[in-house]
Amino acid sequence: MPHTSASAREKNLPPVAVDPAILAAEDRRWPPLKIALWVAIALLGGFSWVMLAVVRGETVNAIWFVFAAVCTYFIGYRFYSKYIEKHLVKPDDSRATPAEYKADGKDFAATDRRVLYGHHFAAIAGAGPLVGPVLAAQMGYLPGTIWIIVGVVLAGAVQDYLVMFFSMRRGGRSLGQMARDELGRVGGTAAIIATLTIMVIIVAILALVVVNALAESPWGVFSVAMTIPIALFMGCYLRFFRPGKVTEVSIIGFVLLLAAIVGGGAVAETDWGVALFTIEKVPLAIGIIVYGFIAAILPVWLLLAPRDYLSTFMKIGTIAMLAVAIIIVRPEIFAPAVSEFATTGTGPVVSGTIFPFLFVTIACGALSGFHALIASGTTPKLVEKERQTRFIGYGGMLMESFVAIMALVAALSIDRGIYFAMNASAAATGGTIEGAVAFVNGLGLSGVNLTPEMLQQTANDVGEESIVSRTGGAPTLAVGLAHIMQQLIGGSGMMAFWYHFAIMFEALFILTAVDAGTRVARFMLQDSIGNFIPKFKNTSWRIGAWIATAIMVAAWGAILVMGVTDPLGGINTLFPLFGIANQLLAAIALAVCMAIIAKRGYFRFLWIVALPLGFAAVVTISASFLKIFSPVPAIGYFAQNAAFRQALADGETSFGTAPTVEAMEAVVRNTMVQGVLSILFVTLAIIVIVTAIMATIRAARRGSSESSEDAAVPSKVFAPASLIASPAEKEIQKQWDALPARPKRGGH
Amino acid sequence: MGVGEIVRGVRWYVRGVMGEDAYEKYLAHVESEHGGGDGGHGAARPVMTEREFWRDRTDRQDANPSGRCC
Repeated sequence: MPHTSASAREKNLPPVAVDPAILAAEDRRWPPLKIALWVAIALLGGFSWVMLAVVRGETVNAIWFVFAAVCTYFIGYRFYSKYIEKHLVKPDDSRATPAEYKADGKDFAATDRRVLYGHHFAAIAGAGPLVGPVLAAQMGYLPGTIWIIVGVVLAGAVQDYLVMFFSMRRGGRSLGQMARDELGRVGGTAAIIATLTIMVIIVAILALVVVNALAESPWGVFSVAMTIPIALFMGCYLRFFRPGKVTEVSIIGFVLLLAAIVGGGAVAETDWGVALFTIEKVPLAIGIIVYGFIAAILPVWLLLAPRDYLSTFMKIGTIAMLAVAIIIVRPEIFAPAVSEFATTGTGPVVSGTIFPFLFVTIACGALSGFHALIASGTTPKLVEKERQTRFIGYGGMLMESFVAIMALVAALSIDRGIYFAMNASAAATGGTIEGAVAFVNGLGLSGVNLTPEMLQQTANDVGEESIVSRTGGAPTLAVGLAHIMQQLIGGSGMMAFWYHFAIMFEALFILTAVDAGTRVARFMLQDSIGNFIPKFKNTSWRIGAWIATAIMVAAWGAILVMGVTDPLGGINTLFPLFGIANQLLAAIALAVCMAIIAKRGYFRFLWIVALPLGFAAVVTISASFLKIFSPVPAIGYFAQNAAFRQALADGETSFGTAPTVEAMEAVVRNTMVQGVLSILFVTLAIIVIVTAIMATIRAARRGSSESSEDAAVPSKVFAPASLIASPAEKEIQKQWDALPARPKRGGH
Repeated sequence: MGVGEIVRGVRWYVRGVMGEDAYEKYLAHVESEHGGGDGGHGAARPVMTEREFWRDRTDRQDANPSGRCC
């Protein structure tokens, strides 16, 4: 019988896990060299924080941001995530992961931890960590820096790690399914509706960022539009010509992309190019809506998959390049540590004071609920060993946080006057250089003296007609990146290239997120409608798929058009909704984790998840309440609504930044929609959090009880847990490598 | 570590992150199930060719989309 021989052979196999006692001993062993290393990291980190927070000279060098961040990440990873692993997660490498016991060679396939780290990072990092920090830079450099670095260690990375581990223990179940299992029908349903609506708002606002970056920019429109034929070509190449040659086609695509950027510059010089590709915001928004619908119903191989390859390639390459550039160039930062807008709440970029609005403006990079959707589902099906989830989940999020820090540095490295001219809404600046100069100098910021020449020069440098009121964060980041990169490669003559390279890079991520988000939302919607009209459950039913896609596209498209036409500016009123939605999703994910931990019976360490959950709940619920109930029109949606309605009732024909009656009516409509959405989100989130607390209390009464985990299956493979294998792991790995006829792990 | 080894390592990593090694992993999986002799999984499904595998892969993504983050 083959079975006996198999188990006989297994008896002779080397261990599949490091003995827990050896593991604990390794952890406790502190040879002098190791102590010296960690003392050095702690000192460097501490010194960098002092440079940032205490020694506030005229300027501060960007290198201190890098050191403060990286040293804090190392300490958080080495000490805090290990603490969480030891007391809360308790992974067991003698258990097989779904990639092993459900292995099918396709969706469930054990993947080398270092490869999976790159994979997971590429899936979680997008435009979010690049945009939020840019907008939050108006409050000064320090609040954003502290929140990004401390937030990720105590909240964001904890969420990603826990969700990934719990999903892995459940065969890769999604967050929605886990919510239903742990919180029951009411909490689960609320979580699913919240996820669906949050997805819609996130897609809409990402699309708004792209529209704002490309409007009136023939160069940008041409080069981003070219990504579509490039992706189609790559898709056909992979489908018909050379299947599976992914790297090869990505390199071809990348070269074509560079050609599109360079070509865009030439096209934007010609009269026909300007005539053809200068598109205003509204038609551009409609273009993206039509594109979103078509892209979401086309087969994946034709557009989504190839663009995904391109975007992964660009993402890892550009982020590595930016890190190198920041370290070599070491730009000086002129912004104050904490600006006046942090306390007055009257900042022109996004309104509101530091609490709670800093914490919703920077979501991705510090704590991002959207990650819970990636950390449950795809990645857990690929993890090779349980203990690796700390490196991939916690460590992956640290890397995204670093991206956010770099975006913040890039935004802060440009002149503050230019920063505000770019990020104040057209309603404030009038969209003209003179208007922007008058507005920014009128803000009364110390050290800011904007001249029309500065704005015109910067616009010329980056190859744009104007840079006034290019809101949304992407153009500011692009100017910052161009400013840093040109000091490394090419000089000021290359600035226009780098600017459009950055715009293209962000647009690529966002278009992928728009397309993939629409698809995921369509499946969720079909699943929900299917409860009433069973035919919709069949996702391969064409007409049903089209109807569901059209509904989802119409939903985010409506919000996009609303943002584009908003007389109040769009980004500054809608972006808080994006952050609130994302953080509410984080609160939902953490609430599900809390219920699971309670059911496991680890009450003593419940604070590890209760802390970020409590913080996310307080921030988002208070931000939502301010958005709903604040009497200040700039902050409260309904206060704004009432003010404009009153003005209309009084027969006024212009009010605030709305110059016409139609514009005033638009404000009334928009604020009502935004207010209702706020109410919906906060209600759903409160339901989920309350049901999670109830589940936690029930578990406390009963003691640790039912578990929704898959049954344990003994593992038959070995792999180290973290980036670098420990001595004990190396020892075991050697024994495995010595085995004959076993497929060896690739690489080193 | 020689230059050749570094180049091989980089190539292995890039291929892994881009997902280019998916077909090799699939073949290795099929082999371990059938050729390994530790069977148990009876019915042998025909092994997909490289072209079939990649088509099947995108078709499965069609039916089961995964989100991309913001």
